[in-house]
Amino acid sequence: MTLLDEKEQVVEEAVNPRLERKARKQESWRGFFHAAPAYVYLILFFVLPLLIIFVFSFGSRSNTGKPLLENWNFDSWGRLVDPLVRTIAIRSLWMALLNTAVCLMIAYPFAYWIATRAKQRTRTLLLIAVLIPFWSNFLVRTYAWRMLLGSDGYITQLGEATGLWGRMLFTQPAVFIGLLYGYLPFMVLPLYAALERMDWGLIEAGRDLYASGSKAFRKITLPLSKPGIIAGSILVFIPSLGAYVTPDILGGAKTNLLGNLLVTQFQAARNWPFGSALSGAILIVMLVATMIYFRTGGRTI
Amino acid sequence: MKRIFALLAVMALLLAACGTDTTETTEATGGTETTETTEAPPEGIQAAANACEVGATDGPLNLYNWTDYIPTGPLAEEFEVDDLLAKFEEEHGEEVTLTFFNSNEAMLAQIDAGASYDVVVPSDYMVVTMRDADLLVELNRAAIPNLDANIAELFSNPGYDPGNRFSAPYQWGTTGIGYLYGSIDDTEGVSWGVLFDEEMAAPNAGFISLLDDTRETLGSALKYLGYSLNTLNKDEVDEAADLILSTNEWIAAFNSTSYWTLLSSGEVNVSQGWNGDFLGEYDRITEYDADGEVTYSGYDDFGYAIPIEGSAAWVDTMAIPTTADHPCTAQTFINFILDAENGATLTNFNYYASPNEASEEFIYEEIIEDPSIYPVPETMAILEFFLDLGDMNNYYADAFTRAKG
Repeated sequence: MTLLDEKEQVVEEAVNPRLERKARKQESWRGFFHAAPAYVYLILFFVLPLLIIFVFSFGSRSNTGKPLLENWNFDSWGRLVDPLVRTIAIRSLWMALLNTAVCLMIAYPFAYWIATRAKQRTRTLLLIAVLIPFWSNFLVRTYAWRMLLGSDGYITQLGEATGLWGRMLFTQPAVFIGLLYGYLPFMVLPLYAALERMDWGLIEAGRDLYASGSKAFRKITLPLSKPGIIAGSILVFIPSLGAYVTPDILGGAKTNLLGNLLVTQFQAARNWPFGSALSGAILIVMLVATMIYFRTGGRTI
Repeated sequence: MKRIFALLAVMALLLAACGTDTTETTEATGGTETTETTEAPPEGIQAAANACEVGATDGPLNLYNWTDYIPTGPLAEEFEVDDLLAKFEEEHGEEVTLTFFNSNEAMLAQIDAGASYDVVVPSDYMVVTMRDADLLVELNRAAIPNLDANIAELFSNPGYDPGNRFSAPYQWGTTGIGYLYGSIDDTEGVSWGVLFDEEMAAPNAGFISLLDDTRETLGSALKYLGYSLNTLNKDEVDEAADLILSTNEWIAAFNSTSYWTLLSSGEVNVSQGWNGDFLGEYDRITEYDADGEVTYSGYDDFGYAIPIEGSAAWVDTMAIPTTADHPCTAQTFINFILDAENGATLTNFNYYASPNEASEEFIYEEIIEDPSIYPVPETMAILEFFLDLGDMNNYYADAFTRAKG
């Protein structure tokens, strides 16, 4: 059907009830073409690499570790239930969950405090302060933590003076501090965005109707800031689960996370099939977790 | 306000993404990755290499070496030796790009994936692996006269590469224990037990580091257990892996790239590592007054020992991968390093013994006389060279992954 025919038809069916459906169809086609570059991008840089990973995960390797696309097998996927993988996966999951929870606990009051400053200028300045660390490279900042947490570091000295803790470098607490520091801003920003656009008149109304402060918070502020909580949690949880640099620099023995295990497979251990299966599995877990989170939290973002 | 916020948020995300990306490349590959790849068949590059004449160059040099293994830049100044890369650029008019790697396996992964380097520095056993995988170009001896003229007899016909057909020896050294004096009992020699035995390691618990290296770390554990570090017995490899896994309770970290600074800065007291890295660090922390008199010597506080159970001796070599773009420059560079004076510069900088016999007259006397660098015959007798493992390579690699926990 040529474009011309189509036009005539449109005129013909001007009073036809099917017209609306047709228009909608055309609309969606136009949308498709507008989005075409995005589809190409997604297929080229997301779907294709993903497919490659899945294909490799069923391959084998030569005795020098070169990945081979022959002798197809499921061994790499089978290895995912190894005690080694289980230990590291549980450790990673625990770290990511803990980090998300603590980030939320610190970021919520902080974002609330910023959002309730009366002057626009103050709020902007405080937000910029949150972002200033991003002006220097993440690697450099992580190395700075290494100095603080090392034997002669201020944090270690403080701990030794008070007798509360010793040197934390190379241990799980060090990795946790690094993750908390690294991802806190990703929790603060979406929370602030949610709280800042809230209508504070609702709180006043609630209080007028004799709601206590905490009740007003539970019934009004918390539900209204939910999109921020969800967005922030996802932004913190996903990179924490795949963290590599922080445990690599601040951790030591017994702090390997999934990211480290993955890198090892593609570098030193030269086991691409297993590395591919591992990254495929992590991806599936993340996808499922995110979907559940979105479903339970509604689609208000 | 909202717009400002959105802008800031986007900026933050972008910056974070950039930051992480750079980090990952640097950490993972020990340097920037070369993106250019050559699809030229080995015959082509081999023919090109065979046609090179002495001193000929055919483009800039892309060198892939271990971290801080060649004197260049500020480090060369600190050690007061020639900047060898600058010297090469000056003498041959070709620019040199240096990229670091931190393990043989990481280097192999890059070459295997097609990354283009003109000269790489694989260790003995890795030469076999790479040669068997057709990843190395046979050297054109006519273009590298120093290879036949200067190399000591011990290294002229090595087991890993008979006749040095694919590799030219760069440096050689030993694996052992660097330690803070007083932290371990060294009156009757040092045992690997200070790393691997729970009781012997207890005084330094949390202040011990092991190498993050499949062959080296497993090799030392095998030696401690009384086995060969080239064993093909799976039970012995498993036993060594379990031993390393148990050390996770008392070691601080696995580290191959900065363990010497961990030791000198007090983060660890006992460290498994390579002799030159320790001795170089002890020398670096030595302080002098205005008259050049030593006011503090690193050697007073720290020592290096080859454990009594025996240990590894290794040879690092220069080789040309089949992914090279400039085989003539590569061979000219190898010849340049095998020069007597340049070979000595290397040893005076990195404190590893030189396989270059002609260079010995230019090497500092205290290095030649140091038994930690040039071991005495009794020590040589308990050292074992690494051999290629053939079919067992993957078994070792997976065992080490398990051992790190």
